[in-house]
Amino acid sequence: MSSKVRRKPRIAVFKFASCDGCQLSLLDAEDELLSVAGALDIAYFPEASRAMGKGPYDIGLVEGSVTTHHDAERIQEVRRQCKTLITIGACATAGGIQALRNWKDVDEFIRIVYATPRFINTLKLSTPIAEHVPVDFELRGCPINKHQLIELITATLAGRKPNVPTYSVCLECKRKGNVCIAVSLGVACLGPVTQAGCGALCPSFDRGCYGCYGPMESPNAESISNQFRVLGQNNAEITRAFRSFNAWAWQFRKASEESERT
Amino acid sequence: MSKQPTRTIKVDILARVEGEGGLYIKLKGDQVQDVKLKIYEPPRFFEALLRGRNFAEAPDITARICGICPVAYQMSAVHAMEDAFGVKVDGQLRALRRLLYCGEWIESHTLHVYMLHAPDFLGYQDVIQLAKDHPAVVQRALQLKKTGNEIVTLLGGREIHPINVRVGGFYKLPTRSEFAALAERLKWARDAALETVRFVASLPFPDFERDYIFVALRHPDEYPFNDGRLVSNGGLDIPISEYEANFVEEHVEHSNALHSVLKQHGAYFVGPLARYSLNFDRLSPLAQEAAREAGLAPVCRNPFKSIIVRSVEIVYACDEALRIIEQYERPEKPAIEIHPRAATGYGCTEAPRGILYHRYRLDEDGAILEAKIVPPTSQNQKTIEQDLGQFVPKFLKLPEEDLRWQCEQAVRNHDPCISCATHCLRVEIDRG
Repeated sequence: MSSKVRRKPRIAVFKFASCDGCQLSLLDAEDELLSVAGALDIAYFPEASRAMGKGPYDIGLVEGSVTTHHDAERIQEVRRQCKTLITIGACATAGGIQALRNWKDVDEFIRIVYATPRFINTLKLSTPIAEHVPVDFELRGCPINKHQLIELITATLAGRKPNVPTYSVCLECKRKGNVCIAVSLGVACLGPVTQAGCGALCPSFDRGCYGCYGPMESPNAESISNQFRVLGQNNAEITRAFRSFNAWAWQFRKASEESERT
Repeated sequence: MSKQPTRTIKVDILARVEGEGGLYIKLKGDQVQDVKLKIYEPPRFFEALLRGRNFAEAPDITARICGICPVAYQMSAVHAMEDAFGVKVDGQLRALRRLLYCGEWIESHTLHVYMLHAPDFLGYQDVIQLAKDHPAVVQRALQLKKTGNEIVTLLGGREIHPINVRVGGFYKLPTRSEFAALAERLKWARDAALETVRFVASLPFPDFERDYIFVALRHPDEYPFNDGRLVSNGGLDIPISEYEANFVEEHVEHSNALHSVLKQHGAYFVGPLARYSLNFDRLSPLAQEAAREAGLAPVCRNPFKSIIVRSVEIVYACDEALRIIEQYERPEKPAIEIHPRAATGYGCTEAPRGILYHRYRLDEDGAILEAKIVPPTSQNQKTIEQDLGQFVPKFLKLPEEDLRWQCEQAVRNHDPCISCATHCLRVEIDRG
């Protein structure tokens, strides 16, 4: 074996339009943080460090959606600098809650919030990273699950496929032994069409899933819309249910537009 | 007239803050000509996208303004809605909301004290470097932060964007026995918080004080989280519904965040220093004693010492959390009933970084017609710029890199949350 010391893989964390919650998940991994820092060279992570090492990087984590001309250009450079590019969270993966503008007139949005609209420079759409550059893996969630993040980083370093299931929240409920709240309490629950990852949190708290992990691999959105109608929801309510943190994910987008037309 | 040299101090990407921003300072000789806290984080238009949404969605949607203080957004939102609908959440449900806020303060303050701010005082780039020389200190930090997150997770389901808060109360309530293990952890955390106060009190502080106008909530009996009147050290004493009659927001060109000013006074200051200086008498005896031991007077005007004040507030939050847990009895219902009506409601609570104001106008079905949100960082932007204007001239002889670092530290004193403020920071020092 060569006596040469192996270089630690370099990781970078980039932020676009977002709340910072997904990158905070890395700092919230209190039990794993120092081991991660031992295994990796955290080269660029402005939220945590002044030391901003230049690329290229082995792994790039991207949080947030693209909402400005400047960011649309910046993501191209980020892609060039990163061997493996991973998006973290609903903003980077599906445009985020700020994608609600995509159905509205953004100029009106600017006028509502800002007194001097000419100071504001923004795009009409809030779009996920994969609409701009090729992405190697999209980690779901609003916010992401920190254990899934650690698994994803570990798998990437080991060169194996990450264990991040794409089935629905329902399977997590079954595994936890939860009584189905949609059946027993008549609660409108997006669990059947939403990807697992949270650990079926909302149903475990007697609350319907609100879809923060986005669509599961093969969602039957039409069927869940009908079920919501049976539970007494009107089309406006169904539209809003699909139009939240993953509104621009195409399966949810299609479902919300169908209920809006009906 | 002799031509004095000009110089600029620039920091393009300000590190160890939440969100994206920079700093630009222009000097002529030893005079500061311009200070701009530049916020280039893209706007996300929450006030606009809330229009047409149902009142019940506001706590979860506004939580997404900030991943560091989602509980604050949820609290201000539920209080505003309850105000509009004429209901008051009291007793154990109210106590549990305070407990949830304790968790967020512990988690957010510990993050700032050890991971974002302390490295400046000790000359480290980040907490990972700090951990190499002081592993025990960083381990304590991580476990303390984890305890705060454990409170939020137990009550809220997860640490970021918790799912259990609703208008009227909660979706599901914990049992007494679920708190048993947490209480043991909190007793450890309270001791760790006291050690934190001692640790930060030993850091070197620049001799720098300003006569701030402090603004915070004040409650008749409690250190403020959810309730109280808005008061200042300049004589302000108003109900929160009069916030907009006394404070105005201005839109400036270099920032995607609106600047807030107090009418007739201009810049004012919210956050731990304000809260502490206006409410020292409401802290628990243990927290007061910790402050005194650390050499803090009941009023603190040195923004660099905010790191001590935050640590004292961690002691308080641990103390208060333990008190709430000891007295907890599970109510029969997790929430009180809500009947929407056409009305306007106001909410103002103490986020870790200071007062967070929400106002909603609702129709008879509870749909949001208009929303207004003023986060703490946009209220502090002017004060941060003024701090730098007064601070920089005293340190002009420093080498460029040291001066830039000092300026960054002076900004980080305020724990700015740029994601909040745009619903950001770069440092540039211009010497021409």
